[in-house]
Amino acid sequence: MGFLSKRDAALLTDPLADNNPITIQVLGICSALAITAELKASIVMAVSVLFVLGLGNVVISLMRNIIPSKIRIIVQLIVVATLVIIVDLVLKAFAYELSKTLSVFVGLIITNCIIMGRFEAFALGNGPWRAFLDGIGNAVGYGVILIAVGFFRELLGSGTLLGFKVLGDPIEKTGLYAIGYENNGFMLLSPMALIVVGILIWIQRSRNTSLIEEN
Amino acid sequence: MSKRTDSNGYTMMFAVIMVFVVGSLLAFLASSLKPAIKENERIEKQQNILYAMGVNENDASNANFVSTKVAGAEFKKYIKKQLVLEGNKISESQDAYLIDVKKQQANAKDGKVRKLPLFVGEKEGKTFYVAPIRGKGLWDAIWGYVSMDENMVVQGAYFDHKGETPGLGANIKQRYFMDDFIGEHLMTEAGVFKGITVKKGNNDAVNEDKTDYEVDAIAGATITGDGVSAMIKKDLSLYVPYFKNLKK
Repeated sequence: MGFLSKRDAALLTDPLADNNPITIQVLGICSALAITAELKASIVMAVSVLFVLGLGNVVISLMRNIIPSKIRIIVQLIVVATLVIIVDLVLKAFAYELSKTLSVFVGLIITNCIIMGRFEAFALGNGPWRAFLDGIGNAVGYGVILIAVGFFRELLGSGTLLGFKVLGDPIEKTGLYAIGYENNGFMLLSPMALIVVGILIWIQRSRNTSLIEEN
Repeated sequence: MSKRTDSNGYTMMFAVIMVFVVGSLLAFLASSLKPAIKENERIEKQQNILYAMGVNENDASNANFVSTKVAGAEFKKYIKKQLVLEGNKISESQDAYLIDVKKQQANAKDGKVRKLPLFVGEKEGKTFYVAPIRGKGLWDAIWGYVSMDENMVVQGAYFDHKGETPGLGANIKQRYFMDDFIGEHLMTEAGVFKGITVKKGNNDAVNEDKTDYEVDAIAGATITGDGVSAMIKKDLSLYVPYFKNLKK
């Protein structure tokens, strides 16, 4: 990346793999479990977080020198809640259909620990440009895992992807179902999301042993 | 060295100013956007009612409303009468669809008379009776509109929710769930109101049995499904006297 210094580029790329918010920092797990039963919801959530985290990081970074340290968590919460509510209101007024799809996610975004985590760990100590890159990097790293989990859960749990019946029709017994394949309803429940995330963590650490902690 | 921003006075002042700025910003935004939001909600109600009576732009697997631009005109065209049932009194009102079901449910709880809106629609010579329902899902409110014929056989249903889990409870507004209700009976031949129960493992996954008073549940959405059963039973049973009168 020519226009980014090496240090800045690392802010974008580190969270994608070796410092992934979900698999390494273990942030944002709650939403990764809650809304990954289908791929579409995962994508919507990933895009929303990208927007809020990118913008929120910049706002917090700009305010970093005037935020009183005693109430900084509350201030962060107010900033993210305000951003999300503004977006929600504007969408309700001008893009009602879209707002209906997103309304479920509003509460989840405000309480997403990834957002608070990045505000606290990065935006409070860095300039706006670097904070923006960090926000985008972490949101993408989060989104990648979310979409991966959503992909497997929807495929194995419902036999569909984005609502399309890719494995055939379970009721009409076509496609894979004709030879006795069954959907695993268990995949739709939250515990299986945890197991899928666990498997992803396992794969990642087995490929990069430097990530394994010493006991 | 203690920083300027660490003092109690600064902290208090910051908090006060922040609350003031954010509060007025949100209040200003909310009140200036309110008319547009209200208008969207009004159109959506018309779309919902039309959807339930089969006036929609569904494709093979997705639920699509008539477009917002034509909703008002279509509503006028298909909805012949908007009734308000209050006890034994039946009146007509042009704004019955704006009656707040939540408020009326609260009224009923306080012992006041609940206004029950009922929309009489006509499409291709068939008469539809559309009633709103409202209840609780797992996380928040769920609501919907059910259209029936004069024997209280469901002709169409639309469900919506405020905050059910995406991929699970939120799927009550998917075609495959809503369409299961079409053709289901709410009342026995003898005129006993049974409602429709959303049930797991009813051995009728393709929903061929229309008089079992059951539809197949969504996996992983038990409580939302129970909420749908409950609101159908509770709210639609209130319309039974009207339908019994209709047949006399």
